[in-house]
Parts: sequence; structure tokens; C-alpha cells
Amino acid sequence: MAFTLTMPEIGETVTEGTIEHWLKQPGDKVAKYEPIVEVDTDKVTVELPSPVSGTLKEILVAEGETVEIGAQLAVIDEVAGETPADISLPASDAEKATPAAPLSSPPGSKKSRASKGTRRATPRVRHLAEELGVDLSAVTGTGPGARIVEDDVRAAASGADSPRAADEEAIPLTGIRRTIAQRMSASAFSAPTAWLAMEADVTGLVNLRKSERDAFRDRHGVDLTYLPFMAHSVSQSLLDHPFLNASWGEDQILLKKRINLGIAVATERGLLVPVIPDADKLSVSALAKAMTELGERARANKLQLKDVQGGTFTLDNTGAFGSLISQPIINLGQSAIITMEAITKQPRVVDDDAIAVRSVVALGLSFDHRVLDGHQAGDFLQDVKRRMEAFEQDTDFE
Amino acid sequence: MGEKNMVEAIRDAMSEEMQRDERIILMGEDVGAGGVFRASEGLLDEFGPDRCLDTPIAESCIVGSAIGASLNGILPIAEIQFASFSHPAFDQIISEAARMHYRSNGTWSVPLVVRAPYGAGIHGGPYHSQSIEAFYAHVPGLKVICVATPYEAKGLLKSAIRDPNPVIFLEHKKAYRLYREDMSDDDFTVPIGEAAVKREGSDMTLVTYGLMTHHSLKAAETVYAEDGLSVEVIDLRTVSPWDRKTVLGSVEKTGKALIVYEDNLTGGFGAEVAATIAQDAFNYLDGPVTRVASPDVPIAPFAGPLEDFLLPNPEKIASAIRDLAAY
Repeated sequence: MAFTLTMPEIGETVTEGTIEHWLKQPGDKVAKYEPIVEVDTDKVTVELPSPVSGTLKEILVAEGETVEIGAQLAVIDEVAGETPADISLPASDAEKATPAAPLSSPPGSKKSRASKGTRRATPRVRHLAEELGVDLSAVTGTGPGARIVEDDVRAAASGADSPRAADEEAIPLTGIRRTIAQRMSASAFSAPTAWLAMEADVTGLVNLRKSERDAFRDRHGVDLTYLPFMAHSVSQSLLDHPFLNASWGEDQILLKKRINLGIAVATERGLLVPVIPDADKLSVSALAKAMTELGERARANKLQLKDVQGGTFTLDNTGAFGSLISQPIINLGQSAIITMEAITKQPRVVDDDAIAVRSVVALGLSFDHRVLDGHQAGDFLQDVKRRMEAFEQDTDFE
Repeated sequence: MGEKNMVEAIRDAMSEEMQRDERIILMGEDVGAGGVFRASEGLLDEFGPDRCLDTPIAESCIVGSAIGASLNGILPIAEIQFASFSHPAFDQIISEAARMHYRSNGTWSVPLVVRAPYGAGIHGGPYHSQSIEAFYAHVPGLKVICVATPYEAKGLLKSAIRDPNPVIFLEHKKAYRLYREDMSDDDFTVPIGEAAVKREGSDMTLVTYGLMTHHSLKAAETVYAEDGLSVEVIDLRTVSPWDRKTVLGSVEKTGKALIVYEDNLTGGFGAEVAATIAQDAFNYLDGPVTRVASPDVPIAPFAGPLEDFLLPNPEKIASAIRDLAAY
């Protein structure tokens, strides 16, 4: 009997998913609950288990395609007598996100061609791919049964001459890379983005951290960095500047009621932005613990869908890789993004025109000029700066 | 010369060759009376009983004698009245004609043409409808030709008569009076071993011969008009040795191969073409090498509807084209 696999509910606010990788091909047997396909949503990869035992008969949606919840994905010839399992994932017990498919083997690898090519491409197409230097395991098939057809190979090699193979190396795109590219493009090309920066004198903060660091580690078991202080300053400032915590709604501006602060985390897979919900209600130390925990899970690829959804404002610690000043791209769906650059010691003019060595840091703010004007952005950034400069060696931040 | 149909073209070929070279003779059942299809009409009057011989109803004798004559300086054309009757001559053709040159280390050769009407579709029943090209294409030392058009029939028969090897020359009887073609006055020949691309195309290569060429061209026209499919139709004309180069070059271009033959599917000559394409054009294939042929049932039933049901026709070919195109 034929069973149609459909895209299940994956999360409360998830309306669509991208087929990342079929773990089974037509003709393969699959057991009930055995993972059958990897689906990408919001940069988190979810493995879908097969609801029935049987043989995968036909793939209806190719890798790389995005479909809505409820869309038909595949046909399985099921073993008789079984009750199909319910594989939907309600937000409260979302399946653990799993690592995305590893980077494909390098072009020319006979093994990868033999294992994937036989069913995914005809001899003619494989021959053409070899001629054009296209790695088939990185190409999405648009033919029947997700087969790679000639046009797919030509498209993958488009614009390339044969010297390309010698001078360039084609890196196939992972799902996360694709998502980042798509969202960054959408944000950059839809929102007119303006930017301003201010410098904060954080000598007091540097002293505070130096003196409290060890005790903090003993008490909480995590490292105390400058970022939670920045997160705190940002979250508190947002309470007074609601238009910085908003988004452009085509014919209206949507003010967000909660302050869910996204923290940019660099991982091997790519940039992820896990979210701390209601960051304004957390102290510096609570923020420090939350950020450490999220950062660890992000780097270990153990984020859940709810960790990356619902952000209203983003903080990017560009100083971590030594940036002096930078212009971030607004996280799609928000109205502004702030950076904390590298803290350095610089000579500065202080009271009475004296010169002293101070720890200074640049704070950059990119904002959507459809929602905000410069003075609103400037007022907000002033508040953040003020809060950052207010930290002293004896400030209680618990 | 005007327009001639295929049987007239064959008659002209024999007449012109016999005029050109007095060593050429024709022998077979009722050839003196003009032949059951009129292929030898007037030849007895023109060349006399020493060169246009009526034979007994004994195919083994017809071919055996012709072989003997060919070893002694005569260039015989042995006519078998219907290809289905050729089997008593099988031993002579295989054991003697095909091997003579090889066995005698080139000392003896058999410059013989065995010609016969073949093929189904004329309500002839099993004794008058067979395709026999597969039996002889299998044997080294023979050439096998299948014609279904007037111009090619004349040109290829002349080439066959002039060829020093034994040639089995098969004329599709349903094509004898199918249509007329303009014959040039010149002494033209058509080369043995060369296929003809009768319709150029880019989506699929269709390889065929004999009457199936006509059906295939019709099918190609239909699928072009209705589905926008561009099918390249290749008529082998010579079944053995067949024109691998033209066929493989076409498959390299199109990526899909459909082989159409009237004979029974299993072991029919199209199977040899299919195997060669699958092996030698593997890297260019975008779909399975597919055959359209008669099912493995004696060809052909006498009842009209059954014969129609059995044989490949333009509709069945068009359907196969569409299926393969969709792969």
C-alpha cells in the first residue's frame, strides 16, 4: 500500500522547511522511526523519522527545495498492518537538532560518484559532470525522482570555462550557508541601512572585570567576559527606546513587546544567532550564564528551533576577532543591530585637557532608516554608552 | 526513366546488370513467368532460358546450384519465392556459401545474391510473412540487406550483384508497390554498409530498417507535431555489416536510443544494435536503450485484426518514443 510522507509540524511558528538531504533513495528499505530525510528550518537541521516501515518508492521534493507544512514529500510502499506513527514535533518537545550533512567529498572522488551517482544521474549526465568539473554530490536534481539532469549540471557549471577547474575549487553550499546568504541578501537589499558609531570609555568596566573574574568563575562556573555587560546595557536601553526593538511591516511599524536579544555566535558551520528571551529581566551574571550556555550549544550544533526564533534585537561581538569598527547587516525582521568592537588601550583627553591611557571601545549601530531616524538611533546608542561607562570596579552586577 | 515502384526498380536493376555483364543469371521458382510479384517480368524474353532459369520447388537445390555456379565463373542471383521458404537452403547458405572464402583461404569465393520478398502485413499467414535477417546477420561471411524503398532497392541490389561476397537481399513485400520514386537514368549504386539518416533530430535516435522505416518516420512526424519531440530516424539499410559509426554518433548527440524492428523481439537483429549501443555509447546515454518489435509469437497470424495487433505500427512506435522521451 502506498503511504504519502508529508512535511509534519516542526515548530509552533514554522510554516515551511527546506529538504536538506534525503537519507534514503527510491528502492531503499526504511524501518518505522528510522530517519528518512533531513529538513532545514531557520538554520537548524531536523531529522524526520519515517512513520511507517517499507520501501521508499518515490521522492516528490528534491534536495534544496522549500515546501510548506503538509506538503507531500515522498511515497513509501509500506509493510502491511502497521499504524503510521505521528512524527510531528510540537514546540515544547522539539526534536534535538542534528548536525547538518558533512561537506561533500572533493570533486573527482570515484567513491562518491559510484554511491550517489547511480540513482541520481544517468551515465550521460555523469560523463558531462566529469567533463565540466562539476561535483555531482553538490548538485540538486530537478529531474524525475530528484534525478540530476543535464540542465542541472550545466547550471552548476554556468559561466565556467575549463580553466576554471584548475584555478578554482568549488565548495558546495550547506543549508546554513544558503540560509545566511538568502537572509543577509534579503535584509541588505530591502532595508535602507544607516549606521553610526560612538566610542565608550570602559576603563571602569575593564577594572571591574579584572577584579571580579576569578570570584565569578568560582561562584558560577563560567567565564566573565565583557559581553554580558554590553547585553545588559543594550537590553535596559531598549526599554526606553521601543522603536529600536521593532520591525518594518510594509505599511506599519511593529513594536515588539518583549526584548529577546540575539547573540551572534561564530561556529564551524557558520554564523548562528541564538536568542536570550526577555533579556531585560536578567542581571549581568544571569546573562553571562545564558550566553555561555547558548554559545556552547551553538558550537556543538545542539541548538533547538526555539533557540533561534523570536529575536527582536541582535548584539554582535565583533571585538572578539579584533575588529576596530564594523558595519553589521541587520538581522532580517528586526530594525537595528549593535556591535561591540575590540577594547583597546588608547591615549585620550580627559578632564582638564590632560592625556591619559584609557580602555576604549567602539559601539556600532546599524539601523533600518524606514523605521528609525538618526537621532533616535543616536539617543539609544548614547544610553548604551552611558551604561557601559557607568560600570566601576565596585559596581554590583549580580 | 520516370517513376518506379520498388518491384519495378528491382526488375530494372536485374535487367540492367544482366545487360552489363553476361555472367549474371537469375534462377528461382517461376522467374521465367515473371515471378509471383512480377520482379522478373520480361527477363526471360530479354535474356533467354540460359540466363533466366525456372527451378524446381527445392530451395536447397536452388541455392546449392547457384553456389556451385558461382564457384565456376557465373554470377548468380538466386530468388527464393518467399523468405519463409528459405529454410531448406539454410545449410547451403551457412555451411557452404558463408564459409567458402574462409575455408579455401581465399582461393574460392561465392559472388552470390540470394534475394527474397520478406515481411508481414499482407495477410500472408506464417508461411509468407517471416523476417529472416537475424538468422543470416548472425553468420560471419554473409552480407544482409533489407530494403523498403524503390531508389535504395535498385542501388543496393546493383551493389549486391557487384559484391564478390554472398549477399542475402531481402525486399519487404508490403513495400513493393507502396509508392513510386523518380529513378535517375544513371547507373547509380547505393553503398552497402551505410545507414541513412532519414530524419534529423536532437531528442532521440531511432534505429530501424525495412518497412519499419516508413512507420518510424510517420511516428516521428506525429510526436513532433503533437509533443514537440525531435526524433532522428536512421534506416540501417544494410543489416550486416551495419553502420555502427552513424548510429553511435547519433546516440552521442541525442542521449536516447529506440530500436524498431518487425521481427520477433527476442534475438531479433535490433537486439544486437541495442547491445552495441549500451556498451559503446554508455557514457552518452540519458535513458535505457529500448526496443519496439513484434512479440515472441509466430509471425504472422492470418486473421487481419490479429496481424494488426501483433505488428509494430506508427502508433505503437509513437507511444514508445513518448515513454522514452519522458525518462
